[in-house]
Amino acid sequence: MSTTTATRRPSREPRPGRGRRPSPGRRAFQVINVVVLGGFALICLIPFLNIIGSSLATPGELTRRAFVIIPETFTLDAYRYVLSTPTVARAMGVSAFVTIVGTFVSLLLTSLMAYGLSKRYLRGRRTINFLVVFTMLFSGGMIPTFIVVKELGLIDSLWSLILPVAINAFNLVIMRSFFQAIPDSLEEAARIDGCSDLGVFVRIVLPLSLASIATIGLFYAVSYWNTYQSAILYINSSEKWPVQILLRQIVIVATGLNADANAVDVVPPAQSIKMAVIVVATLPMLILYPFIQKYFVKGALVGSVKG
Amino acid sequence: MPMLTPSAPSSASAVPAAGPADAVPPGLAKDLDQRRKGSANPLWKHRALYLMILPGIAYFLVFKYLPMGGLVIAFQNYLPFLGFTGSEWVGLDHFVRLFSEDTFFLLLRNTLVISALMLLFAFPMPIVLALLLNEVRTKVLKKTVQTIVYLPHFMSWVIIVSIFYVMLSIDGGSINNLIVAAGGEPVRFLTDPDWLRPMYVFQEIWRATGWGTIVYLAAITSVDEQLYEAAELDGAGRLRQTWHITLPAIRPAIIIMLILSIGDIMELGFEHMFLVMNSLNREVAEIFDTYVYTAGIQNGQLSYASAVGLFKGLVGLVLVMLANRLAKKFGEEGVY
Repeated sequence: MSTTTATRRPSREPRPGRGRRPSPGRRAFQVINVVVLGGFALICLIPFLNIIGSSLATPGELTRRAFVIIPETFTLDAYRYVLSTPTVARAMGVSAFVTIVGTFVSLLLTSLMAYGLSKRYLRGRRTINFLVVFTMLFSGGMIPTFIVVKELGLIDSLWSLILPVAINAFNLVIMRSFFQAIPDSLEEAARIDGCSDLGVFVRIVLPLSLASIATIGLFYAVSYWNTYQSAILYINSSEKWPVQILLRQIVIVATGLNADANAVDVVPPAQSIKMAVIVVATLPMLILYPFIQKYFVKGALVGSVKG
Repeated sequence: MPMLTPSAPSSASAVPAAGPADAVPPGLAKDLDQRRKGSANPLWKHRALYLMILPGIAYFLVFKYLPMGGLVIAFQNYLPFLGFTGSEWVGLDHFVRLFSEDTFFLLLRNTLVISALMLLFAFPMPIVLALLLNEVRTKVLKKTVQTIVYLPHFMSWVIIVSIFYVMLSIDGGSINNLIVAAGGEPVRFLTDPDWLRPMYVFQEIWRATGWGTIVYLAAITSVDEQLYEAAELDGAGRLRQTWHITLPAIRPAIIIMLILSIGDIMELGFEHMFLVMNSLNREVAEIFDTYVYTAGIQNGQLSYASAVGLFKGLVGLVLVMLANRLAKKFGEEGVY
């Protein structure tokens, strides 16, 4: 939905009135400002470039050169090795499953509940809203949640990565405000034409809010792909590890791939394997990022603007 | 799906008096209902809406409020096979133990020191960056910088800590390579307790600063252009315009973010610290969030760990409410 609080504000060109006749002082400020911002952007970017560059470099170059961003000779050895091990592929599969199924479940539950709560005439709405917001301020915490998940028999099931985090209260509140922005008259018209509550939701509200649902879906997808805490709490068997757990095992604990050491004949040095695994685990986000960034900004704003 | 089980009985209670109207199509049923009773029972009239929010309510009850109730084990010696009801009650024993142990002061110190560093260094960064971005005239440049600095926000802590782990490592990490190339001694960033806090705060800044600007940039765009023009006529330079117009305009946003940060003083988050913690830096790294895991999951002291978690959560709740109250007292809007 584009008519949200955040986007209703008229977008402004950079102030035309300021600095019509730039004095030397202002010019200097502009230059310094650009340098500072450029430096900041570089600090954000360089770790990624360093890891990607090093993962493509030969072992010899890695030991010879201190800081690799663009390797002199490219090699895919580390990737060939990483992708030849069943471990990485399996973990990527687990993460993909959790991301796809989880996003679907979360969107379904969140949008249904958000729509119901967006109706001012729904009795008990205030109480439910309060109970939802309260969970953002206080929670049972790690141990009681762990016990509940255990008692439900979800330990070591991939559902334990999805169900305990199926609805994010923050996303729910954002989506509720999306739905509230839809004019009531549209729904009334549909109702006069004989639509039921569910019919209005499916035929009128959902098609109108596809963009915002996609935004929230992306929020969920990112958090499912990045799932880590749930996995170390609830997943025991290594064949059900999502990629984040495997990444920690390989890079920080420095085990995990050892079991597959005989997968290929030549084992590249540990350093480039680590980097290649980091890149493989990051790649889905990196590829999606340019497309989803603007939706994210929109979503983040709706939550932060009151009204 | 096991999740559906608990919702089954409540679905029956939310739809009372499912009478003969069940047989007719929903739209018609509503009409009939209204005609029969005049104004229909609102619960029945909006039964579809209630059915729609039901799975969500079930989620919050099972995965949010059931664990909250489960906090009673903080006052028990909880044993899984005895359950919530069968375990022995011990009153405040776990809390007494927590407060009388040296660990408590270690945890409190570590948590508060890092929180203070975060408030001091990480909190102002997005404000500064937003102000700088606001001064950029070239649209393409601004967009490019924004796109780049938002990126780390989408990376998991595992990825971020892994990237820095490889870069900071003592054998062959790029940063240590550079230090050695410049004639220095390699630095044990990853294991030296003195480096833990700077590293932690730097990684937090690295990840969150760009994304944090969004709120402030939005607040800045709502400033009335005429204010700047008037200030310019009065001879105010850029710095004074920023100080007297832009900063006051984003003050509500700053206050709200500050309230939220203060509420999180006790809750730094589990994942990041857990990932950078190791046996060599544990003494400065262990915070309440990680200690709950260490005591509860690794050492199996479920009740004691719950008590630690409850203490942390209650202090957090009180802090948020205090900060909110304070903000309102000073004429700000507050969050809740």
